[in-house]
Amino acid sequence: MRCSSSLFLTVVIVLSACAAALAQGRTYQLGSTPSEEEIKARDIAISPDGKELPPGSGTAKEGATLFAQKCAACHGPNGDGGLTRGIVPLGNAKPVKIAFSLVPYATTVWDFINRAMPQSKPGSLSANEVYAATAYVLYRNEIIKETDVLDAKSLPKVRMPNRDNFIPAQPGWKPGEKRPFGYYP
Amino acid sequence: MSSHSHSNRRRFLKGGGALASFLMGAVRSVRGQAPAPEAPKDNLAYGQPSQFDNTIRRTTGRATAITDTALMTPLQDLDGIITPSGLHFLMDHVKDVPEIDPQQHRLLIHGMVDRPLIYTMDELKRFPSVSRIYFLECNANSRPLRGPNADSVQLVHGRTSCSEWTGVLLSVLLKECGVQKGASWIVAEGSDANKYTMSIPLGKAMDDILVAYAQNGEPVRPQQGYPVRLVVPGWEAIRSVKWLSRIKVVDQPYMAWHESGNNADTRPDGKGLWFRFELGPKSVITRPSGGQKLPGHGSYEITGLAWTGGGAVRKVEVSIDGGRTYKEAQLQQPVHRYAHTRFRFPWKWSGEEAVLQSRCTDERGEVQPTIAEAAKNLGVSPDYFYQADHFNGVQPWKVNRDGSVQNALFL
Repeated sequence: MRCSSSLFLTVVIVLSACAAALAQGRTYQLGSTPSEEEIKARDIAISPDGKELPPGSGTAKEGATLFAQKCAACHGPNGDGGLTRGIVPLGNAKPVKIAFSLVPYATTVWDFINRAMPQSKPGSLSANEVYAATAYVLYRNEIIKETDVLDAKSLPKVRMPNRDNFIPAQPGWKPGEKRPFGYYP
Repeated sequence: MSSHSHSNRRRFLKGGGALASFLMGAVRSVRGQAPAPEAPKDNLAYGQPSQFDNTIRRTTGRATAITDTALMTPLQDLDGIITPSGLHFLMDHVKDVPEIDPQQHRLLIHGMVDRPLIYTMDELKRFPSVSRIYFLECNANSRPLRGPNADSVQLVHGRTSCSEWTGVLLSVLLKECGVQKGASWIVAEGSDANKYTMSIPLGKAMDDILVAYAQNGEPVRPQQGYPVRLVVPGWEAIRSVKWLSRIKVVDQPYMAWHESGNNADTRPDGKGLWFRFELGPKSVITRPSGGQKLPGHGSYEITGLAWTGGGAVRKVEVSIDGGRTYKEAQLQQPVHRYAHTRFRFPWKWSGEEAVLQSRCTDERGEVQPTIAEAAKNLGVSPDYFYQADHFNGVQPWKVNRDGSVQNALFL
């Protein structure tokens, strides 16, 4: 009798534990749930469709002023290079310099300026400043006009010169399969 | 586990009890309690190599536009398959190595998941851990060089290292959050100043990627991502994000700066290849190798390393006549998947000119090509590889009559 009741109890405990696990879906119950504000503050990555872009706007004209204040110290007064290279060629250089210029989306430029510039204080630019800096870099690359306004809607629509100049390296390839460019004599 | 104000090494010393007390001559305090053992002075706290040894990382001395640091592993001076942590290669796209207090560090997992979760380092270490021996290799490793830098296996091929990594499988952490339908990629982010970012297919993330907090038995070194990093086995090391602080589960690659422009493979036709991911089979003879000098004819052991992003090295063949004939080398056992594999080959040098080279075949039957075979395979001229990434060609070393060894790739 004692045996069967403890067996019954065990079954109940195991079952309820399972139910809890199913409801929660967590095996280890470690870590904590971040607040929405916490996630929002850290969620800075911008996808090619630009759906994460924040409100704000900027033009190349505004960007030129910003460049003189916060970028010229490293990139040179005219963006020709100083402590580091100048304004990165983004595909309109002739002859085409493919290395570093294969940036496919304007969102890539926005994202990198936002997270990594200026090097003395990365992440310190306001959204308006990042739009302006991006506009200035794209204007200097002859991709947009000096007066074009970049914002969350217009930026993802900017067509980068090398947008179609890449080959999806391994179409259909899945991890674990033979590499398509491999040598199989 | 409770305190990370001291390194694991110090914790070991503290917890070493009788042995530590004996070694350090600790005395009991007046109250009769054993005081914390003192850290011994100088090299006794953490052992250092002999003053006669000069096994160090080296650099070409040539800065690149996208890399602030480029330090290569001294493959010619190492034995076995493990790279000492302090000699691990270093190719960074960040300005400075961040100093991260593990007590303050958090890993956030969010995006297309049922439950976003945030972990402290202590919590991460409470998950089931695994230890695995994996190599890491920069996609720019082994670019055919000319000039003085070409004569050193360290400078040409030293952007690869191999460690025992300990950590939690990323799949465990992702399952804990509940990955939603439609998710297909993750975006991993570091907590360096630039918040270095990479996109990785979800399939790989759910397979064998490690969230590693230890390297060769001790905490991952700051230059290698302290307190925690990704280790993506078999794939170009740019994916193995250091100082990992955030993983977002998403439905597309985000084309971050360092994966879209800087690390595209460029082709002669001006097009770029993205997402090469997996590294091909490769091997290189580390002794004798370029810049070394054989003291005289007689017995030598040819030795080197082989590895492949395809899993395990199946065989390594060595040629002493520039590739006309090959003989199978002995592989150090056990052979680990996605790890450096040591090969050895006995050789008697007659004193005549010889060209030594090795060729790796991996478990999927992919073979390491010569530069001519690689060029033919891709439909390019051999010059193409001078600036190409992911080059895995055969490396010939020529032994001259005076015993000097030189790079024979372009001879």
